[in-house]
Amino acid sequence: MVDRIVTGAHYGLRDWLFQRVTAVVVAAYTLFMAGYVVLHPNLDYNMWTGLFSSQVMRSFSLLFLLAVYVHAWVGVRDVVMDYVKPAGLRLAIYVVVILALLLYVIWSVIILWSL
Amino acid sequence: MKFRIYRYNPETDAQPSMRDYELDIEAGDKMLLDALLLIKEQDDSLSLRKSCREGVCGSDAMNINGRNGLACITPLSALKQPIELRPLPGLPVIRDLIVDMTQFFKQYHSIKPYLVNNDPPPETERLQSPAERKELDGLYECILCACCTTACPSFWWNPDKFVGPAGLLQAYRFLADTRDHATSERLDNLEDPYRLFRCHTIMNCVDVCPKGLNPTEAIGKIKDLMVKRTV
Repeated sequence: MVDRIVTGAHYGLRDWLFQRVTAVVVAAYTLFMAGYVVLHPNLDYNMWTGLFSSQVMRSFSLLFLLAVYVHAWVGVRDVVMDYVKPAGLRLAIYVVVILALLLYVIWSVIILWSL
Repeated sequence: MKFRIYRYNPETDAQPSMRDYELDIEAGDKMLLDALLLIKEQDDSLSLRKSCREGVCGSDAMNINGRNGLACITPLSALKQPIELRPLPGLPVIRDLIVDMTQFFKQYHSIKPYLVNNDPPPETERLQSPAERKELDGLYECILCACCTTACPSFWWNPDKFVGPAGLLQAYRFLADTRDHATSERLDNLEDPYRLFRCHTIMNCVDVCPKGLNPTEAIGKIKDLMVKRTV
């Protein structure tokens, strides 16, 4: 069978937009964290667990982690699209990455709500 | 002046090689193409494309000291010696500095580089206001020399699927044209993870364009239009 070149999947905009929006969330969280550390020079374990004991902080942290995972998904998929040529191998890598990211989501919830 | 030029004749050479040349000339206000033609007098087996010799036809695009450009408008005085000349990267070499542009033009044709307007032709021209016409500035000047597209890593990795900066600049040239009625079809044609979204804003295209155009900005505007019609 001749390997024909096919394009026209009609997606891509949403992923590209997601990557931009999640970047803003990641930047906001990073700035908040950097600010918190700078404003609390004598940071100790109690203050740190105190910060993460509020539901707001846990939710903000989860939002940040979800943003990182979505951002990473688009980025990793882009790298794979650029460099991995066989479609079957590409699909296999996507599946592994998606499963790993889902696992990270579950793991993140467990970590944040056990603090 | 010293030159190192990529030589490859697939019919006789097993592998490409770099050959040294020397010219007894002053740079003065000469362009690189002038020197290449003098080298060709020494060694008429050297093959290259050229035509207008003034940066309008886009035939003599090549890789000059690692950077794509047009030999005819690159001053010799601006180049470090030995001047290393290679064919445009990422395209198959036909011979020496001549590359096979088939893939480049295939991508260009895929964006329908012509006005699509099914209205009956008016008695006079299809008029535009000065503001509408201004939208085409920085787009219509492209001479399709392929300097930008062959400098783009995304095109190197997916030349068969990614339209490339030159093609996308032209795609936006018709999206920006108020006389064109195929905006939606054009956006449909480009909304694809490979055809448009392989652009990672590396901006090599902007860096090398001999006409000073900005394909990255045009690609951004295509994305803007897609966002606008989606949200």
